[in-house]
Amino acid sequence: MTAPDETSTGSTRPGDRVASDAVSTGRVARPSTELLQAVQAAEASERTTVLRRLLRDPQAMTTIVLLLVILILGLLAPIIALHGPNEAQLSMVNAPVGTPGYPLGADESGRDIYSRLLYSVQTAAVSALIGASVALVVGVTAGLIGGYFGRVTQGVTEWLFSLVMTFPGVLMLIVLMPVTKGAYQATMLIFGVLLSPGIYRIVRNLVLGVKNELYVDAARVSGLGDLRILGRHVLFVVRGPIIIAAAFLCGSAIAVQSGLAFLGVGSLQVPSFGAMISSGFRNLYIVPTQFLWPSLSLGIITASLVLLGNALRDVLEGSQPKPAKVGAGQRVLAPEAADGGAYDSRLLDIQDLSIAYPDPNGGLNEVVRGVSLDLDKGQILGLVGESGSGKSQTAFATLGVLPNEAMIVGGSIRFAGRELIGLTDAQMAPLRGKEIAYIPQEPMSNLDPSYRVGSQLVQGVRATLGISQREARERVLALLARVGIADPQRTFDSYPHQISGGMAQRVLIAGAVASRPRLLIADEPTTALDVTVQAEILDLLRDLQAELDMAVLLVTHNFGVVADICDRIAVMQSGRIVETGTVEEIFRDPQHEYTMMLLGSILDENVVRTDAPVDAAGGKS
Amino acid sequence: MLIYILRRLGTGVVLALLVTLITFLLLGTSFEDVARTILGPSATPQTVAGIMSAKGWDRPVLVQYADWLWHALRGDFGVSVYTSLPVAPSVLQRAAVTLSMIIPALLLTAVIAVSLGVWAASRGGVADRIAQGISLLGYLIPGLLLAIALVVLFAVQLKWLPATGFTPITEDPGKWARSIAIPVIVLTIGGVANMAAQVRGRMIDELRRDYVRTLRTRGISSRSIVLGHALRNAGSPALTVMSLEFIQMFGAALIIENVFALPGYGSYAFNASLQGDIPVILGVTVFGVFLVIIVNLITDIANGWLNPKARVR
Repeated sequence: MTAPDETSTGSTRPGDRVASDAVSTGRVARPSTELLQAVQAAEASERTTVLRRLLRDPQAMTTIVLLLVILILGLLAPIIALHGPNEAQLSMVNAPVGTPGYPLGADESGRDIYSRLLYSVQTAAVSALIGASVALVVGVTAGLIGGYFGRVTQGVTEWLFSLVMTFPGVLMLIVLMPVTKGAYQATMLIFGVLLSPGIYRIVRNLVLGVKNELYVDAARVSGLGDLRILGRHVLFVVRGPIIIAAAFLCGSAIAVQSGLAFLGVGSLQVPSFGAMISSGFRNLYIVPTQFLWPSLSLGIITASLVLLGNALRDVLEGSQPKPAKVGAGQRVLAPEAADGGAYDSRLLDIQDLSIAYPDPNGGLNEVVRGVSLDLDKGQILGLVGESGSGKSQTAFATLGVLPNEAMIVGGSIRFAGRELIGLTDAQMAPLRGKEIAYIPQEPMSNLDPSYRVGSQLVQGVRATLGISQREARERVLALLARVGIADPQRTFDSYPHQISGGMAQRVLIAGAVASRPRLLIADEPTTALDVTVQAEILDLLRDLQAELDMAVLLVTHNFGVVADICDRIAVMQSGRIVETGTVEEIFRDPQHEYTMMLLGSILDENVVRTDAPVDAAGGKS
Repeated sequence: MLIYILRRLGTGVVLALLVTLITFLLLGTSFEDVARTILGPSATPQTVAGIMSAKGWDRPVLVQYADWLWHALRGDFGVSVYTSLPVAPSVLQRAAVTLSMIIPALLLTAVIAVSLGVWAASRGGVADRIAQGISLLGYLIPGLLLAIALVVLFAVQLKWLPATGFTPITEDPGKWARSIAIPVIVLTIGGVANMAAQVRGRMIDELRRDYVRTLRTRGISSRSIVLGHALRNAGSPALTVMSLEFIQMFGAALIIENVFALPGYGSYAFNASLQGDIPVILGVTVFGVFLVIIVNLITDIANGWLNPKARVR
């Protein structure tokens, strides 16, 4: 029983409720007609390229042609079949392959196997058509309604479909035989309904996704009715996944119909692969080939449908994320680009670092281009730039945690004189936590939701310091108190979803400094927080830095933060460092126009300030 | 957590009521056919009417449903129209046969699919292609054909395993294992094809999450990150997949057990349905739904254990 894999379980589980804003008015300005036209033009051009890609895909083409040939043969059955599907000839019982008029032999009742095969194709095609179209019509309609309209409608459809989903389907089909009276068409109708929750899930999730997209808002504001929007814009987005699912649905319907016919559910007068397999199975020891033909046909059809579904998925949805070996370390294109000589007294010395990502055309797209930075013991360096300037990538590369796709295409990263580029995870592990630590930007997503806060920190401390569970626990509790958490024990025992964002950021800071690192890399540590909390977190960072005499690489887009706690600043734009200097130099006398622009922009911003401003900040006024 | 379970149980009860009511309503029209079948060719309108009133089938369908429900709630599912055997014990006996194939198959599926999925997601490259190939193969071959092919190979050609028949586990565990070996293999191959791909996908997603990166920066070993953190978080969606897999397998088993002439749930349901044996059909349906409810409940409880957020809901 092949089921559509991704379709049977959407990304959302039963019981999950996706929040939706019931109203989204006033957010969008009235769109220009140009915008709507542009959207429509994009839709049209995408349609043609998808078709072209499909025609060029060998797997899709082979399976489509194969299925079409089989379908045409089935449709031509009344013309090319030599006998009627149920025409029994007593003298031909179990006739061997090659008997005149019976090219593939005859079965236990003396019926021509070749002709029955052709007619069985018709049955399979009708089953697939009914099963898949019922599932699609019911699923898509309900998905559109459940996703697009308000909360109540959504709740009701969700509940209904999670009920249908838990139906033991095949059992119902068997049990309802007295109702269907043996008509396989009726059985497939019911089966279609039983398959519909998978489609419903896909469509609903997609609709929820696009519902508040700009172009749907645009259509709504421009006065299109709900039906028009659903039909034109929303259906356009969901069509890809639906086409893919349809292939799998057809396969499921044919497999289930065959299985039921094999059992004997349904009229014996209907020729089908299942009935033929059943008859062949009974005769397996007498005439094995009787079993072979229908099995082969069924196998080819279902396999083609699955392969077609997979090919469609590749073409329509593009390449899926590929796994990489965990612990292999970062990918390096040009290992050992460094001179390999001169001992460096600096704590961190990044030279000419370049990082690239593969682009869709197979080339490489550099996001960090020849960045050089250095940092001494106990120093705080602010790495400033707008989002997408490559500052986080630089930070990740130093930690050795760039994403799988990223590739270091040149340069060197030395930590206390040791080259870090080219190290595996196992080689980096002793440095992490103990020498180099990391505070992430978004507090909530950086805690493992399944573990209590305390145990996550204990695990890190034990991994780096190798101390006992009890010692680690005490250390973590003390740290939680140190980072300003009022009730450390309670936070220790909480799950991440039970604490606030500011608290979570304190926890992450505690986790970072737990093993007294020499270098702390903080990636926008205050960006995701409330303004009042931001100030406290910065104070905490400054205190901890002084206490532990750490070097800090502070990645931020906020000059206010930099002015507050940094010694030096490096300004980054489009993957390059455009200017470096002390805080005073940069604020007093910025050289690069990008720096001036960034500085100019903060004058309007409410800069957080909690204690005596650093001298340099005077340059602002 | 308790409220959560009670709520899910409530949904289950609604499901059971709904399914039996729908079945009852759909079958309501066929009572007369059943009476005629019982009487055979000698049926006259008078004798049919006699049986109808004797059995209480001439009452309105909803009244009959209420009557059935009232008895069912007290554990009385009636007797078979044809054999007069009580329904409940027969249902349980037949279900035991089918479940004794599904449970081992499901456990095997879970172990193999999780190992394969984790292996593929954390190794990538060749390992990933092998795992994807295995799961594609399982998809391509319909279970029915696989079952027959394995019977031909292991039972007929090699004579390692019996082709048909069933030995209860209580009688002889060795013989039981041999009698269910092929069906379990077939169900497992189908299940692994389904589940390994899902586990792989979830694991890939989890391994890309922010918290994984943060844990790595704290010097925690790859092994602990993959098995302790990513797998644990991938576990709760995988459990949901597994509960759906159970329903799938149950359906597949109903068809496949026929290949092995196993006296399971499928043939029981099929015969009852063929004859229109309404009390048996209802018993079979109720128990089927009941199984699903139990599996869902187990899934929910396990989910609550794995996923702290589910506990507070």
